[in-house]
Amino acid sequence: MDKLAEAFGISLRLILSGDPTVVEVTLRTLGISASATLLACLLFIPAGAIVHFASFPGKKILISVIQAFYSVPTVFVGLVVFLLISRTGPLGSLGLLFTRQGIVLAEVLLIAPVMLGLVISGLKGVSADAPDTLRTLGAGRIQMAAAVLREASPAMISAVLLSFGRAISEVGAAMMIGGNIAGRTRTLTTAISLGVGKGETAESIALGLILLSIALVVSAAVHMAGSRSR
Amino acid sequence: MRFLAFITLAALCACGRPPQPPEQASADTTAAALDSAALYPPAEPVERLLVATTTSLYDSGLWAYLEPMFEEEYGVELDILYAGTGKALEWGQRGDVDVLVVHDRAREEQFLADGFGVSRTPFAYNYFVIVGPSADPDSIRGMQPESALAAIHSAETTPFVSRGDESGTHAQEKRLWAAAGYDYDEVQQAGDWYVEAGTGMGPTLVMADEMGAYTLSDIATFLSYQGDIDLEVLVDQGDAMRNVYAVIPVTAARDSAMAANMVTFLTSPEVQQVIGDYCTAEYGRQLFTPAAGQDL
Repeated sequence: MDKLAEAFGISLRLILSGDPTVVEVTLRTLGISASATLLACLLFIPAGAIVHFASFPGKKILISVIQAFYSVPTVFVGLVVFLLISRTGPLGSLGLLFTRQGIVLAEVLLIAPVMLGLVISGLKGVSADAPDTLRTLGAGRIQMAAAVLREASPAMISAVLLSFGRAISEVGAAMMIGGNIAGRTRTLTTAISLGVGKGETAESIALGLILLSIALVVSAAVHMAGSRSR
Repeated sequence: MRFLAFITLAALCACGRPPQPPEQASADTTAAALDSAALYPPAEPVERLLVATTTSLYDSGLWAYLEPMFEEEYGVELDILYAGTGKALEWGQRGDVDVLVVHDRAREEQFLADGFGVSRTPFAYNYFVIVGPSADPDSIRGMQPESALAAIHSAETTPFVSRGDESGTHAQEKRLWAAAGYDYDEVQQAGDWYVEAGTGMGPTLVMADEMGAYTLSDIATFLSYQGDIDLEVLVDQGDAMRNVYAVIPVTAARDSAMAANMVTFLTSPEVQQVIGDYCTAEYGRQLFTPAAGQDL
């Protein structure tokens, strides 16, 4: 118990003193997860909207498949991306293995189902009655889609939040694709994983606390932004 | 509007380059955010040499010393990946790394025979040891390694934690079981006392410590963990316990001249000296014995 309390004390000192390694790993992790979330927004919010607004055969099946992939194991995504971007893989020439960009790619794929699925169900939640109301007001298709998107924005925010949370907290893909290279691809989760293996409890607790704080801060910030524009 | 708030937030962190100058962080237009995320600036210097090293060398901390020396001498960014010998060889085979630093002669020679490696150069060795709780429930202290394993096996009470990850240390453990007269498949099925960790040397030692178990370790990793765990060296004799580290430039290396530099570097007199001196004062004994030029 004393040992734990001592480790906790050291970890707080590491954070408060702005230990360069801790700061570096934290900024890198934020950069990677934010990039992945942003890319996923750009790709999957429009894609989700298309799936929702368009009608085509097999739409229901597609949505079920997307939802079935919500909890795709991160190590599986890691394995697939590894095989894709390894030198001998189909995307080997891009040189993405053991880079941050490679981790971003894996995280985009990892959060794709969650984001797509939540965007679709978010749009479904508002558009059941809204289109009729809007049509009676004389809105065109584009205007209608925009209005529905606006109505659905709280759902979108939770989609973004959940995606960011999944990206920043996963360790399997970051380890396999990034390789946990010090000063280059080490993230909070892979550093914690190495630290625990090395018996460096204080460092691991420090990084764990930071990870937890980031999750809380991002969540609070987005909720605040959400309630202000409402 | 709510989105924009998040995107701006993301822009503040989208750089990914650790020490971020403040003016870069203030580039908070959405366009800049999209740009930096989509292209993800090639922050890497073009020259980087990827080295896959065994977890035992990584966990001992030696690379933290050697890395800046190599980078300074050859003006290249050195990236050290740690993995068991099996995984390192797999990376080498796929051309995902440029140099291997591993410790399993049989598989290294096969790797060369298959054309995946340029050459194999031993540069250091130390010894494997069997460590366990100081109470030593199966009384293996001072035994030959083969008899020690036999004693642990027949007692079937004290756990034995195996690396179980096809690493060089795992290969050594299999050789010892064979030398002790056991079929390894049978050992794996022998009972709950035989635990396959599937992880690196350091985590395996931590696990053995938690379980009050025996395990096979290289002496360097054990010594660097000694302060944090309560295990003791119980068996440390015999030429069968020698642990030889060799460097292999990968045939498919992106820059074969730079990969070859690693061999020159590790076998150079100065670096051999550094390897021999590494932590010697701290532990009162040598972690690694320099071995350049020896046939091991």
